[in-house]
Amino acid sequence: MAIPTYYPPRAYRTRVSTYWWLRSWPYLRFILRELSSISVAWFVLVTLLQLGALHRGPAEYARFGEWLRSPLMIAGNAVALFFLLFHAITWFNLAPKAMAVRIRGKRVPPLFITVPNYIAWLAASLFVAFVLLRG
Amino acid sequence: MGKRSNEPFLWMLFSVGGTIAALLLPVHVFLFGLAFPLGWLDGPGYEALLALARHPLTRVYLLVFCTLPLFHYAHRFRYTLYDGLQIKHLNELINTFCYGGAIVGTAFAVYLTWSI
Repeated sequence: MAIPTYYPPRAYRTRVSTYWWLRSWPYLRFILRELSSISVAWFVLVTLLQLGALHRGPAEYARFGEWLRSPLMIAGNAVALFFLLFHAITWFNLAPKAMAVRIRGKRVPPLFITVPNYIAWLAASLFVAFVLLRG
Repeated sequence: MGKRSNEPFLWMLFSVGGTIAALLLPVHVFLFGLAFPLGWLDGPGYEALLALARHPLTRVYLLVFCTLPLFHYAHRFRYTLYDGLQIKHLNELINTFCYGGAIVGTAFAVYLTWSI
């Protein structure tokens, strides 16, 4: 007697286009938010290069300053600022979803988490600006 | 039971790095990337900035600033490539590129904040 061979059914999966994120604005917004991570890496890299130039002496640091003043760098940093603001705003707005704080068993209203985040953002920015501009 | 995943640890780095990036990066880009080069504001000169960078608290600050956001980038960019371009089959290459880059950056940050 022939033993029937068992063929497991192949899972049905619809194909998703590579450009699915161009279909609608919320999808595109999601991808733009995710792409903000490039700006994060970009400006950390600029800061590392700046520290390197600072380390190598005044002549190198002056050259670095020249480079920062080039139109390409200004444009790149303007784009980076846009994406970083987008990152910060979406990050703080999502914070209540990631932090499920409960008091007496009840979820704290979202604004109680979002507002302190924005206050911390403002305070941190003012502090950094104060330290760099006080001279 | 399946293999233990290190995803929670990487997600924690992503989360902490993302918070630091959100709190601090915009003001840094605005000042060092636009306001100082364009002359909108007067930034600190070479000596002043070097003195500031050598302060112990600033060293710690810069070390955090230049490391954790890199792991935020690594995690998020990895998933952007997964979801956006659906190139899951290049998994290992992407992981090496993203986390490897973050680790190299971290090594530079440790060296620079230590030796400056």
